[in-house]
Amino acid sequence: MSYIHIENAGKTFLQNGEEFTALADVNLDIEKGEFICLLGPSGCGKSTLLNGIAGFDLVNKGSITIDGEEVKGPSTNNVTIFQNYGLLPWRTVLKNVELGLESQNMDKKKRKEIARKYLQVVKLENFENSFPHQLSGGMQQRVAIARALAVNPEILFMDEPFGALDAITRMKLQDDILDICKNEKKTIIFVTHDIEEAVYLADRIVVMTPNPGKVKGVLTVPLHHFRDRTSGDFLLVRDKIFELLNMKTEETIEYQI
Amino acid sequence: MKKLRSIKNVIVSLLILIAVWEILFLISDYSEALFPSPFMAFQALIEMIASGQLLESIITSMIRFVIGYGLSVIIAVILGLILGSLPGVFKYINPTLQLLRPISPTAWMPFVVLLFGIGDLPAVVIIFIAAFFPVLLSTVSAVVRIQPIYYKVAENFGIKQPALLWKVILPAAFPGIANAIHLALGSAWIFLVAGEMVGAQSGLGYQIIDARNNVRADILLATIFVIGFIGLVLDYLIGLVEKRILKAWGGAE
Repeated sequence: MSYIHIENAGKTFLQNGEEFTALADVNLDIEKGEFICLLGPSGCGKSTLLNGIAGFDLVNKGSITIDGEEVKGPSTNNVTIFQNYGLLPWRTVLKNVELGLESQNMDKKKRKEIARKYLQVVKLENFENSFPHQLSGGMQQRVAIARALAVNPEILFMDEPFGALDAITRMKLQDDILDICKNEKKTIIFVTHDIEEAVYLADRIVVMTPNPGKVKGVLTVPLHHFRDRTSGDFLLVRDKIFELLNMKTEETIEYQI
Repeated sequence: MKKLRSIKNVIVSLLILIAVWEILFLISDYSEALFPSPFMAFQALIEMIASGQLLESIITSMIRFVIGYGLSVIIAVILGLILGSLPGVFKYINPTLQLLRPISPTAWMPFVVLLFGIGDLPAVVIIFIAAFFPVLLSTVSAVVRIQPIYYKVAENFGIKQPALLWKVILPAAFPGIANAIHLALGSAWIFLVAGEMVGAQSGLGYQIIDARNNVRADILLATIFVIGFIGLVLDYLIGLVEKRILKAWGGAE
């Protein structure tokens, strides 16, 4: 069985006495070390699926297993990075990165050492005594990434992590995250609604559609790291996604005329 | 420069007060014994300082205040942190709190005196009540308003109770709690005087009653200003502490 195994997973809510399906019949297998993007418009259930795998909000249909064990709640082995960073504003940057290490039995010196190492990885070693509100959004998200990496997780869950950043900062962080996962070899599950971001980052893209949220198709990206956003191959993959999302209907209309 | 200007503001403000008082003294028909001039009140202040009576009253009152206010804040914050984390329990406690909260602490006074007699305890109890409800309710609401993402992050990194309480809940709720502690200080100081006027034979509040009984309006007014001055200093000091903690916890200036 594969590392993450998702079988007929679904999630329903009761809304005004009626059952509402947020996610239906997801079947997906993810291998160790893969970079998976969950891509789709809002309401397609991509965050619901992520929360189901990460254990914050369990699915109530089907099953999700990680390494053969059913997901029953968040695990310290898998860290989630949120869109609004989730940094603790009363802690300095260094203390934020140390947060996850504090629950492990580890002496203070070692903890600081590890935290500093990962601040270096995200190029923020000169900001360890700053408070989060003194940093830009992109820097704050890099602190969150350092904090996640510091506990050496198996899986990184990223829920639209760059959604609140401007386009240029976002591209920089995309390069950073590719760099990091090349060096650290993590399994990454990354939620986004940005098609280019998905093509740029993912080994495989899970394209999802809403009403009810379900997987429309899974695309393997046949590109290698350090992708060129303007190359023909890049555009080809993008084109396929447009097709899966039924966003190419305009052409047929043209033919009718 | 800014400090200098604010000192100027304070001096001018006080001079206006003294001038108004002096004018009222000059135009009113009351006898000097009932409505003394600022200078007479000042003389009474010097007299109290010289005799050591003032210092004694201040120390007595401050001890009562520190015990009553300190205990109240500590218990209210701890209870508030617990109740805020247990909304299911708080639902059953809240109606009673809402019933007790609007009752003036002085309303409890006769009851407290009946139970504990005259002495330190009634004043301490009144101060305790005055600070307790606002701090408790503000702490609960500060805890309830903590952003869910902090709990998610804590859960993800395996931070469990009791570490969760002091690593996440207390610092996240602190700005709201600090504000309540600060406001409660003012009302606790107000009720200290009320408590001592009814339930004690010593302290600043009692000194007012004593001055009235001896028809010493100069001492009475001097004591009132001492009470106001101490309240101002206490407020300033707790503001400093509050700012320092907020700064250490990365709060915006």
